[in-house]
Amino acid sequence: MSDPTTTSTVVDETPPTDHTDATTTAEGPENASYSIRPSRTPLGRILKIVGTIVLLLVLCLIPLYMQAQWLSVGTWIMTGAVGGMGLTMLLGQAGQLSLANTFFLLVGGVSYAVFAGPTDDPTYVGFGLPPLLALILAVAVAGLAGALFSPISGRLSGIYLGVASLALVFLGFWLGRVLPALAGSTSSGRSPVQFGIGGLKVDPPEPIIVLLGTPLGKDERKWYLFLILTIIAYLLARGALKGRTGRAWRAVRDNEAAATVLGVSVVWSKASAFTISSMYCGLAGVMTIWWYSLMKPDESEFGTFGVTQAIAFLAMIVIGGLGSLVGSIAGSFVVFGMPLILSLLTQGGSGGVQSGTAFSPIVITNLVYGALVVLIMMFEPRGLAGIGNRILGIFKK
Amino acid sequence: MSTFLQVFINGAGKGAVFALLALGFVIIFKATEVINFAQGSVALVGGYIVFVLKPHTGWWLAALSGVVAAAVLSVIIERVLVANAKLASHDALAILTIGVDVILLTEIVRRLGTEAAPFLGDPYDASPIHLGDVTLPKTQTVALITAIVLISVFFAAFRWSNWGVAMRAQAENREASALMGIRSSRITAGAWAVGGALAGIAVLFMATQDFSGAGLSEGTHSLAIYAFPAAIIGGMTSPGGAVVGGFVVGLTESFTAQYIDLDFSKVSVFIVMLIVLIFRPSGLFGKVEQHRV
Repeated sequence: MSDPTTTSTVVDETPPTDHTDATTTAEGPENASYSIRPSRTPLGRILKIVGTIVLLLVLCLIPLYMQAQWLSVGTWIMTGAVGGMGLTMLLGQAGQLSLANTFFLLVGGVSYAVFAGPTDDPTYVGFGLPPLLALILAVAVAGLAGALFSPISGRLSGIYLGVASLALVFLGFWLGRVLPALAGSTSSGRSPVQFGIGGLKVDPPEPIIVLLGTPLGKDERKWYLFLILTIIAYLLARGALKGRTGRAWRAVRDNEAAATVLGVSVVWSKASAFTISSMYCGLAGVMTIWWYSLMKPDESEFGTFGVTQAIAFLAMIVIGGLGSLVGSIAGSFVVFGMPLILSLLTQGGSGGVQSGTAFSPIVITNLVYGALVVLIMMFEPRGLAGIGNRILGIFKK
Repeated sequence: MSTFLQVFINGAGKGAVFALLALGFVIIFKATEVINFAQGSVALVGGYIVFVLKPHTGWWLAALSGVVAAAVLSVIIERVLVANAKLASHDALAILTIGVDVILLTEIVRRLGTEAAPFLGDPYDASPIHLGDVTLPKTQTVALITAIVLISVFFAAFRWSNWGVAMRAQAENREASALMGIRSSRITAGAWAVGGALAGIAVLFMATQDFSGAGLSEGTHSLAIYAFPAAIIGGMTSPGGAVVGGFVVGLTESFTAQYIDLDFSKVSVFIVMLIVLIFRPSGLFGKVEQHRV
């Protein structure tokens, strides 16, 4: 039954007990490949609800007590987590290995910059739409780009798709350079309009709001905005994975023939996974340019929208555990959070000046996540999510 | 016409180098069904060894050491990591090599630092050959000749040597070949060694003024990414296809850079690959995977 071209074994190491593994996957949410849910008992359910409320409360209170530089670490982790969720659904749940995520980041970012950009700017194209509408349209455009590529992605599997999707990253690199009126010039970029609804603006922070004695500046507002977006993204993804769509993705991932027999349209299932994943990456792209307050296409292959970053996203979801939404947040902590956290912690120690061969925070992070990817693939293919579930499993007994 | 010839030789020379890298991918893939994403950084490590040893030992010995180091490193990756990750699927192993790639790339780029990137092609670099009114870059010419010799040797060995026969047998049917007394571990280690050595040779041509105008750096690693479309265009299971794919990539890149746009040349390679994949999802010469229901 096992198909060497899918990632089914990456995610689900438990051998099938009978010949109908694909059938059981398509039937029940109890399949191990999607989050194991230890809270079946009423007590467990109550604990879970309480835990969620406490977590949300903490997340809402953080901006009131943390410095702005730490908040920007948090918002960057959330940006990574949203992109990671998109990729983890595609690779972990639908079994399509794609490295094109940074291309869709670029599409989302550029689309937002264009839709929200001022109409009277002589250098850059802008439609002057309200930010919320521009955000929705940017996500839609990224999804459309994904849908347009899905006839190709659907035909390919495994590593052929992985390399084919690199084509999009290079295409984005080229388009970013030849369309400076849309994407901003490679040297200075264009500054995107920050989010705001009506009179409520993120940057400049208007009107003045003071919450529990703390005035909400642009970093605090960005935190709340990113938090809301991340939660919405998480809930929607969870809904998709628990429902019909997610079951279809897993069925196709595990066995295309069996999925067809069950009445799942393989083409449609693959295309929907690719499109939805692209939309998540598009949202992450908008968050990226908000975070930088800059829309700037890459000068080299190692930039924000390049191959290196695509691989960082891949490492993120591998570390978190393929297919796990919470895992992609944990992975983002490691891959996106660590360089920022390390540089904040070491500030003053080295005076901020790094010589060419120093172990800079980025070097350390890269070494750590490279090593984590290797170790996880060797010993715990389900990543941090798998480790977390094991720990939960101990308490359950 | 002379421009055309120059561009052709330039492209063919580059293609030859991509063919060497792509051949490395395919050999490793045939032996272990693993896509070795670390190939680019194995090349980088080989190049780094050459750079370090060159002032002490002279170019030839340094180059030889670099190639050997790349081969040994490749075998270490296979023996220590890939062979021990028995639980992982082939795609998981490919992701594992991405992890290895990140580590090696980060460390070598850190060691190289922010100094000027070193050039590695001392005997042939930046000394053009003049044939009448045609000026040919020597690096590409030497690369073309080297690659033709190496590829011929490889195909001869693949066809007639015991190693080649054993490897083809194993690629055909792993269990049957094990029953015939073929030691799987030796064959795969050999395949990874060859793949690493080819990467070590390729880097001697890539980090030159003629080839990319850039020395050994992160850019060398991105150049090695072109070996992917080369191997995919040919089909991952076909060594001959890898050679064809390498030349397709090299020529496409040179001609688009000359006649269309330098920036576009990077994309063009991938567009050609996409077009091939649309019509032949397993590459031009690749074995079409058949799934039994």
